[in-house]
Amino acid sequence: MTFGFRALGGGVVIDLDADEADILRAMAGLVLDLVEAPPEKEEFERIVGIGANTEKPDDPVLARLFPDAYGDDAGAAGDFRRYTEDGLRVHKRENARSLLDALPDSGGGRVELDLGGAHAWMKSLNDVRLALGTRLGIDEETHDAYLRGEDSVPETDAAAMHLYDWLGMLQESLVEALFDAAGQQE
Amino acid sequence: MSTAPADLERPETEERAAPDLPWVTIVWNDPVNLMSYVTYVFQTVFGYPRSKAHQLMLDVHYKGRAVVSSGSREEMERDVATLHEYGLWATLQQDK
Repeated sequence: MTFGFRALGGGVVIDLDADEADILRAMAGLVLDLVEAPPEKEEFERIVGIGANTEKPDDPVLARLFPDAYGDDAGAAGDFRRYTEDGLRVHKRENARSLLDALPDSGGGRVELDLGGAHAWMKSLNDVRLALGTRLGIDEETHDAYLRGEDSVPETDAAAMHLYDWLGMLQESLVEALFDAAGQQE
Repeated sequence: MSTAPADLERPETEERAAPDLPWVTIVWNDPVNLMSYVTYVFQTVFGYPRSKAHQLMLDVHYKGRAVVSSGSREEMERDVATLHEYGLWATLQQDK
């Protein structure tokens, strides 16, 4: 069986075994746990679409998922966050929900996605990799050390890194399938 | 300071400091986002041809950052919000 996604009629398709589907189910659940739904709003805030939060999250994973829009202007970054963060939370949760909903109810099976579904999966896989990569402190050096099988990488991290790599290959195959689907391969 | 003729009719506001400078959206390198993914996002979000999207991705990767779009502040805020949906590390600033 070929690994990963392939293009199919403008969309993409993947055959997942039971283990792979289980991992993806767990990963989508992780995003839904991590990215909390926006709090209930007062009528006025709901109408104008603003939230209360202006602070960059302390947690490095959340800070990476919800970065500052202005690097050199904390006030403007806070205002931007107040107007956009709740929408971004909803967007990330919807993508994770799309991933969950498209998976087989149990065990493995075939997943077919149209362009919109494929984009939701692609973004959600990216959120998972950002969360995992940030938590593991991934940079080019540590990752290369892991790939070379060096002892400097703790065993627990090696297992997580294996998962991180698998998710990377899966996302890579999805992107390539989308390029194929769009007939943009040069 | 701009040497453009002053618009005398317009009331002074705090925003007048550098009215002629456009705003830019910058994408910063990070070790997680895949190169193919970043290229795909630039094509999808901005409608750039693959060659331009690929070059911008390489600039981000090797130079650490790249200006991916420019325009009004409002347009750049929209671009940054969209890029954050894709998980790219994007910021906006006035082009200095």
